[in-house]
Amino acid sequence: MSEFSLWDIVYNLLLAARWTVLLSLTAFVLGGLVGLLLLMVRTAGNPWVIRLVRGYVELFQGTPLLMQLFIVFFGLPLIGLDVSPWVAATLGLTLFTSAFLTEIWRGCVESIGKGQWEASASLGMNFTQQMRYIVLPQALRIAIPPTVGFSVQVVKGTAVASIIGFVELTKAGTMITNATYEPFTVYGCVAVMYFLICYPLSLFARHLEGKFRHVAR
Amino acid sequence: MSLVELHAIHKSFGELEVLKGIDLSIDEGQVIALIGKSGSGKSTLLRTINGLEVIDDGVIIVDGKKISDRDADLLGLRLQVGMVFQQFNLFPHYTALENVMLSPQVVKKQSKAEAKQIAEEMLAKVGLADKMMHYPDQLSGGQQQRVAIARALAMKPKVLLCDEVTSALDPELVNEVLAVVRQLAEEGMTLVMVTHEMRFAREVCDKLVFMHQGRIHETGDPEEVFSNPKTPELSSFVGGLA
Amino acid sequence: MAYKFDFGAIVPHWQLLFDGVILTTELTVIGAVVGVGLGIMGAWARASRAPVISQIVGVYVELIRNTPFLVQLFFIFFGLPALGVKLTEFQAAVLAMIVNLGAYSTEIIRAGIQAIPQGQIEAAQSLAMNRVQIFRYVVILPALKKIWPALSSQIVIVMLGSSVCSQIAAEELTFGANYIQALNFRAFEVYFVVTGLYLVMSILLRMGLKVLGNFLFERRRHV
Ligand SMILES: Nc1ncnc2c1ncn2[C@@H]1O[C@H](COP(=O)(O)OP(=O)(O)OP(=O)(O)O)[C@@H](O)[C@H]1O
Ligand SMILES: [Mg+2]
Repeated sequence: MSEFSLWDIVYNLLLAARWTVLLSLTAFVLGGLVGLLLLMVRTAGNPWVIRLVRGYVELFQGTPLLMQLFIVFFGLPLIGLDVSPWVAATLGLTLFTSAFLTEIWRGCVESIGKGQWEASASLGMNFTQQMRYIVLPQALRIAIPPTVGFSVQVVKGTAVASIIGFVELTKAGTMITNATYEPFTVYGCVAVMYFLICYPLSLFARHLEGKFRHVAR
Repeated sequence: MSLVELHAIHKSFGELEVLKGIDLSIDEGQVIALIGKSGSGKSTLLRTINGLEVIDDGVIIVDGKKISDRDADLLGLRLQVGMVFQQFNLFPHYTALENVMLSPQVVKKQSKAEAKQIAEEMLAKVGLADKMMHYPDQLSGGQQQRVAIARALAMKPKVLLCDEVTSALDPELVNEVLAVVRQLAEEGMTLVMVTHEMRFAREVCDKLVFMHQGRIHETGDPEEVFSNPKTPELSSFVGGLA
Repeated sequence: MAYKFDFGAIVPHWQLLFDGVILTTELTVIGAVVGVGLGIMGAWARASRAPVISQIVGVYVELIRNTPFLVQLFFIFFGLPALGVKLTEFQAAVLAMIVNLGAYSTEIIRAGIQAIPQGQIEAAQSLAMNRVQIFRYVVILPALKKIWPALSSQIVIVMLGSSVCSQIAAEELTFGANYIQALNFRAFEVYFVVTGLYLVMSILLRMGLKVLGNFLFERRRHV
């Protein structure tokens, strides 16, 4: 059965890894945008909006990513939208990402003391100006390391999308295993490739953390 | 033979040579005050005597035994030499009693009853019989420091090292701790103390060691050294305090 | 044509869901207890003076933290038999969870240990305690107390992550859901309900860990 050489395995996995990267990037960017929106409405919002966003975060942090993908994948057709695994995975991961990022960023915004809000208010700034000139620039610096750190979770999360049939790195690993009966080698290679994507991100996050530590305090 | 002998102790932190050849002997029952400007190396010297700093060169002899930096030697050393810190360093998750009992139990393998008896005795000695069940954060600074002294004493050390034990305390709490130290001195405990309380040093200690830039600059009987400093450095140090 | 929801279609299969909840709970409890134990040992090793051991543990931590749990699971279940290690679905799932949580908790607990003031360790040293005694009596409990919230979150994440163990046919909650929807073709309803079950479980787990933390770090008189 072994007409697959190690190189064939690696090559095919690399092709699939492109989809892992693409899905990660898309979910991260879209999730970031949604997360930012949620952050804004939450910071400005009335108690009901705050409660709603908190519920949203609770929901996504309190349930498995796999269930979230299943619900999107099986739920959208029920309202007449036929979705491909790609769309379902993108949508599911975007929502997942937005919930986590908005929560991370909320912590960063809240770590900007009340004094900053009051001082800027006393200078006659409105909410948008306070955010734009005072709070966000400070919060951003604190937020960058954990945000980069979370991108690793997004990449790893894309593996779950294989279960709804999206062909990315993990799914390709399963398919190649079924063809070659060499699970040890194949999943070993799959793991190495995830590591090669994630580890630089982790290192970068740690580097940023060290760099911003003295700034933040 | 002295209880503790230091010969030509050298210690550097990176480029900075903090101890530049210290010779000192501590006799049984002696009460030694270590004084000197900030940064002169007093704490470092005290910490080397307890093996908390590894020396670069020199010899430490405790009770006739040369101390290497092997773990076994260090543990042996610390059974003989106790230490009280400026910042108390009580263990926050144990009550006062447990803080004092812990080491006799786990290091000396004493029975719980035995350890408890000693701990109660030591806490009573420092005047805290009624605070035994309190946690460190339920005690004042002075009380915490007295627990720390009791904790060191419960190991029955031959020498007790005290590094500025009153410096972290509010002024009104200083005396309760000094009273305990004074009592120990009177009972014949061998003590080496870094202190800025010059009047106390003068009254209680029988040897004064003045450190300056990593060396022992002047030493002698406190009364004499204070009233008649031989070096300009010491007289300016003493003068600066007055 | 509007879809008619039929949550009633799940009711006949409630036993499957119940069994799934039980198995997920078992996986989580074993994984958490052994995984945190592994993390304590890992953190100890990371702080050890033998650089080789510390580095080996460091590699383990980074490998696990930078690869997906699903791939770790597949590697253990499908890959290890090539080395002669044959595990049942349940064993593979538990092992994967232990190994995964072990790595994360190593890192979390290490941070807790690093936050212990140096003075605590010096005080213990001056009382002639050796390294093991210092770790056991002076360091580990305050360190765990400090990082308990982070550790709790990680345990919840691992519980939720166990949902992918259905992929190797470990019969946990998601497996039960898959099974039911194959029987009654009511995928959405089943997954909706199961999502709710997971939500309840994660809330309960969180509460349980909080109670456990209060118990562990509560001020108890030891004498
Ligand atoms: N762990 C260390 N690493 C680097 N330098 C150190 C360290 N410990 C002490 N030093 C330096 O060694 C010198 C002597 O310090 P030491 O604490 O012994 O002084 P001291 O006489 O006790 O001063 P003080 O009265 O302020 O307590 C200082 O310059 C200090 O900065
Ligand atoms: Mg000092």
